[in-house]
Amino acid sequence: MGIGKTPFGAFPDRDLRSLAVEAGEKCLRNAHANPAQVEAVFLGNFAGPAFVGQNHLAPYVSTALGIQGVPATRIEGACASSGSAFFHAFTGVASGVYDIVLVAGVEKMTSQPTPRVTEILASAGDCSGEIKAGSTFASLFAMIARRHMYQFGTTREHLAAVAVKNHANGALNPDAHMRKAITMEQAMAGKPIAEPLNLYDCSLISDGAAAVLLAPAERAHEFTDKPVRVLGIAQASDFVALDQKPDITTFPAVRLASEKAYRMAGVRPADIQLAEVHDCFTIAEIIALEDLGFAPRGEGGPFSLAGHTARNGDKPVNTSGGLKSKGHPVGATGAAQICDLVLQMRCEAGERQVPRHALALAQNLGGSGATCVVTILGTI
Amino acid sequence: MNGESGTVYTETVIYSAPDAFAADVPYQTAIVSLDSGGRVTGRILGDRVAIEDRVAEVEVRDGVPFFRKIA
Repeated sequence: MGIGKTPFGAFPDRDLRSLAVEAGEKCLRNAHANPAQVEAVFLGNFAGPAFVGQNHLAPYVSTALGIQGVPATRIEGACASSGSAFFHAFTGVASGVYDIVLVAGVEKMTSQPTPRVTEILASAGDCSGEIKAGSTFASLFAMIARRHMYQFGTTREHLAAVAVKNHANGALNPDAHMRKAITMEQAMAGKPIAEPLNLYDCSLISDGAAAVLLAPAERAHEFTDKPVRVLGIAQASDFVALDQKPDITTFPAVRLASEKAYRMAGVRPADIQLAEVHDCFTIAEIIALEDLGFAPRGEGGPFSLAGHTARNGDKPVNTSGGLKSKGHPVGATGAAQICDLVLQMRCEAGERQVPRHALALAQNLGGSGATCVVTILGTI
Repeated sequence: MNGESGTVYTETVIYSAPDAFAADVPYQTAIVSLDSGGRVTGRILGDRVAIEDRVAEVEVRDGVPFFRKIA
């Protein structure tokens, strides 16, 4: 297994393909592999056509990497696009169809003004209902937060604690978009975006790419002396429209995918030593903690405020800075989560290295919960 | 669907919106549990509403229901 990613940020001089190629080349180099060995490419991308006007992205990227002739397929699952690409690559390798598969994820978002980015992101919602009514993605998660607060007593302080923790981690990540620690006061007093969420509850609009090379376990030694094994993985789906869900304070797709992944890996939530979860908004991290079984239902907020998820807590979450501080180039996020966990598992995470890193979990969420991929990684 | 009434399941006030809605900012949206069953996402006119408030649909524009708080 190899990994490679670009820094995340706003790169006005870079185009989508050059970002994906940089991540892909770094990944192949990391795995001591050459393009001719790659048997298939799965590219996660949410909205290349809308953001940069380019379609047919998978061969557009793979040929630029010098990978010729093999199946090259784009996977779209909103913010879970490259998590889903990773899942499909895994099924290809596990079934024996391929040995060596490259997964890449890329998004180039900052070439559009923020109102247009908001509009493109909203297209991952139900455009015939909630979006037509003026919903934005922030507003969908704001409505989730409101209901979570109403049912469980979650507070603004709980949300802010997630932002403060992820910014503290991101400040130590040289590849993060916003390398800046923030205080509780700042996080509580950000510019309102959609009540009760403010600017500091929202992930960043970023450019970036990430890539992962998959190989069967018995061939891993050809590519790395620090192999990381996929112990469990599952993808699940749910309604796209928030108003179709019976209970918006939980994501059934996260519960389904994580239950399957735990079963496949033969581990329990308590066994997981670190996680990268999908904090597109602070409330999403709080609910992820509950749906993944790290915290009891309704208690994700107090669990966060108590410091369990900090780097020095018993369940470090988003040591990379998460989508909040590392950045959220939508289509790259799922693959980047895997890269960040692998860095920790290889003891290559620098200042943000955590001591326990043998069993890790990535949770990648699409839209307001309609797609979820959960991956459990272990060191062999 | 005109004349529907229901209860606010959740709501938000939006300050950052795409160009198509920029003129309305800040505006409130809500998911309303309809008395007739099911839920819809709509806009709130007039007074702000909170969870559990009772609302009535006052108009439908381009398929989008607009609700007003029942005093």
